[in-house]
Amino acid sequence: MAKLMGKDEMRRALLRLSHQILEKNREIEDLVVIGIHRRGVTLAERISKMMEEIKGKKLPTGTLDITLYRDDLTRIAYQPMVRNTNILFPIDEKKVVLVDDVLYTGRTVRAAIDALLDFGRPKKIELVVLIDRGHRQLPIRADYVGKNIPTSPEEMVEVRVEELDGTDEVLILKRI
Amino acid sequence: MGFKRKDLLGMEDLSKEEILFILKTAESFRAVLERPIRKVPTLRGKTVVNLFFEPSTRTRMSFELAEKRLNADVLNFSTSDSSVIKGETLLDTARNILAMKVDCLVLRHPSPGAPHLLAKKIPVSVINAGDGAHEHPTQALLDLYTIREKKGGVEGLKIAIIGDIAHSRVARSNIWALQKLGAEVRVCAPPTLIPPLVEKMGVRVFYSQEDALKEVDIIMMLRIQKERQNTGLLPSLAEYIELFSLTEERLSLAKPDALIMHPGPVNRGVELPAKLADGKRSLILNQVTNGVAVRMAVLYLLLGKS
Amino acid sequence: MSLLIKKGRLIDPATNYDAVVDILVDGEMIKKIAPKINRSGHELIDAANKVVVPGLIDMHTHLRQPGREDEETIQSGTRAAAKGGFTTICCMPNTDPPIDDPSLVEFIYREAERRGSVEVLPIATISKDRAGKDLSPMGRLKKAGVVAFSDDGDWVADSHLMRRALEYVKMLNLPLISHCEDRGLSQDGVMNEGYTSTILGLQGMPKEAEEVALFRDLALCKMTESPLHLAHLSTAESVELIRKAKVSGVRVTTEVTPHHFTLTDREVKSFDTNTKVNPPLRGSEDLEALKEGLKDATIDVIATDHAPHLVEEKEKEYNAAPFGIVGLETALGLVIKELVQTGALTLMEAIAKLTINPARILRINRGLVKEGAKANLTIFDLEKKWLVTEEEFFSKSKNSPFLGWELPGKVEWTIVGGKVVYQDD
Repeated sequence: MAKLMGKDEMRRALLRLSHQILEKNREIEDLVVIGIHRRGVTLAERISKMMEEIKGKKLPTGTLDITLYRDDLTRIAYQPMVRNTNILFPIDEKKVVLVDDVLYTGRTVRAAIDALLDFGRPKKIELVVLIDRGHRQLPIRADYVGKNIPTSPEEMVEVRVEELDGTDEVLILKRI
Repeated sequence: MGFKRKDLLGMEDLSKEEILFILKTAESFRAVLERPIRKVPTLRGKTVVNLFFEPSTRTRMSFELAEKRLNADVLNFSTSDSSVIKGETLLDTARNILAMKVDCLVLRHPSPGAPHLLAKKIPVSVINAGDGAHEHPTQALLDLYTIREKKGGVEGLKIAIIGDIAHSRVARSNIWALQKLGAEVRVCAPPTLIPPLVEKMGVRVFYSQEDALKEVDIIMMLRIQKERQNTGLLPSLAEYIELFSLTEERLSLAKPDALIMHPGPVNRGVELPAKLADGKRSLILNQVTNGVAVRMAVLYLLLGKS
Repeated sequence: MSLLIKKGRLIDPATNYDAVVDILVDGEMIKKIAPKINRSGHELIDAANKVVVPGLIDMHTHLRQPGREDEETIQSGTRAAAKGGFTTICCMPNTDPPIDDPSLVEFIYREAERRGSVEVLPIATISKDRAGKDLSPMGRLKKAGVVAFSDDGDWVADSHLMRRALEYVKMLNLPLISHCEDRGLSQDGVMNEGYTSTILGLQGMPKEAEEVALFRDLALCKMTESPLHLAHLSTAESVELIRKAKVSGVRVTTEVTPHHFTLTDREVKSFDTNTKVNPPLRGSEDLEALKEGLKDATIDVIATDHAPHLVEEKEKEYNAAPFGIVGLETALGLVIKELVQTGALTLMEAIAKLTINPARILRINRGLVKEGAKANLTIFDLEKKWLVTEEEFFSKSKNSPFLGWELPGKVEWTIVGGKVVYQDD
């Protein structure tokens, strides 16, 4: 087990990501932020807050559960709990900033894009991840990456956040 | 926790935790129904057969819609076009359908225990969509969902179920389900329509609607089959209406915020007048909408796994 | 040919005899019963540590022949009987066609003679075609060899016809057997009416359907002073009504089935159609009352109501499945497990209800072990446990709620007229 990121580093990474998003999207009128359950939701809330502090304007922020769009439901013994998808604003013609903690195979992001398209037709979807660990199985890439970490498939990357886990850190673990 | 069952057969054997888990899951599906695209790909590639041996429009439509909104392939099979009339047994019919590679049977059957027989003998999921006068679990689940939505919870509520308790699967499923969630349940009907020893199920029995309605939060009216008047159970439908139809005057005996439910289809003017069925205290259409979400949740929990 | 049964514990309720003896069988007859008989020159059965009883008699069997030979035949049914320790069985007339004519009685005797393992004594219908309207030719049926009359499966609802039937059999000195059930009350019921039927939503048959019918039958029995036997009692109140009637001198006799003193209607919760019987399985208070009735001799006989049905017929929804279960091969085991081992009856009392009591009711010279009597004998191991499985049943049908049960009382030899018709391997 190795620690890849501590509390301060995570905060700095998220702040940098917020600045990068705002740099690329100078007009924030039609910008919305949506986090993927579960850690992506927390990160999306923090990024949204940081952008609000920078710009002085609150951005519509929502949550997305991708369970119903997973492509592996026929392969798992027990399905995961379906969590709330909470997007209380229209996403038609909006620029959606989609936030997740770790980008790995790309399958979660694929599911998330499918799910979002069932809510409307955004002008654009951009992907923000705290960690990109490689090993993509689908042609998907992130627009903003907190940290690139080369890993082997035997390893697991775990993002912990204070709201859910009591602490902010990123760990790399060996699969047992 | 996950939902570990292969089948959904009745409310009697579900735990409170399982019931709450289904209702919680149903909330997500209820939200899906409010979206512009009311469909998710969850059960893509799965096939569900609705096997109905009794006429039923709304339950079958509700299941069918739930299945389609989960992207399952749906096959409908009902008595009129089944080979059951040619002497094929229920089990034969089910096995034949299974040979076509399906993942789930939704069964409506006039004989209590019919879904239990299939569940025991065949390897795919079986959902009881009503077995005789025994159980109708998805109806009870949608009723619970609707009550929770409107009253914030079920615990401590006083609920009167009024009508043909003896022949009602809706009554039995609700008696189990409501009590598991902490409600106080009363049943009310003429004695010929009250099954023996029903009070052992934990309910209080009333023969007078006026007494049954006092201080209740929810009134569940049951559909009365008009044939009952020909079998010595009722002198006449007219007498039943006079004694057991819900009127505004009787409704005033309940709590001021009491709400009215009915599993449908309503015999307008029999169980309750149109004015009450369509009034603002009626939850009848909410029940119908929630039925789709609850059935989506059940299908997902049974089928959304290997 | 002679057969010597060595060192068996002979229990003969007719004489209240219980001791270890040797029994010599010569030809069809019992030749000698003595503490020690020289073994030379005889075929030998070592019955040490086994119980020897008079061949068991089942006065309530459905053999299904003629009409439903797919379910059971005289051949398969009598093999099942032999395996269960029965040497004499009485077959009920609800066949197709029903046994209401001497030619059918002759057919059964002939078929039993040719293919049967044990003795078959036919019971004929009370009414022609079992239709409850006109009397069957009872006198001619008696000449053909029937031992009783019954419309079993249906109660003779017409009280006038029942009265005349009772009067008529006085001349014949044969009993009428009544299946007490007022259809007006039992309607389309499929199980006992009570809490379990309520929660399962199944149509119930109230106990009163039996009791109302039984009360009428008792009244007519008293009125006519004719021999009446009431089949398969199932309720506590029935037991109480009979008890009172017997005390007041009514000539009534009764039976109970092993399933009614073993199972209650709680079993129906499984929706296993092998719990669907008529009369239905009742409550635990009824079960206890039946045991008390057995103990105080209100109930005279234990009879199986062996009712074979195919798996295909029973593998149906509860409402659609036929009533009835097989019973010949599990009866003795259940009697020992549920009555003897629990102390409800002594072994002597239990065996009486399977031997001498039915023999007396049927007026047949069976059910006892004595020199000069026909050598019908059953030898079993009181303790030895065995597993009830479909594969081991000799009956063509496997519809038993006791599959998977472990029962005591393994039948080792069944002997009919000096001939071993069943031997455990």
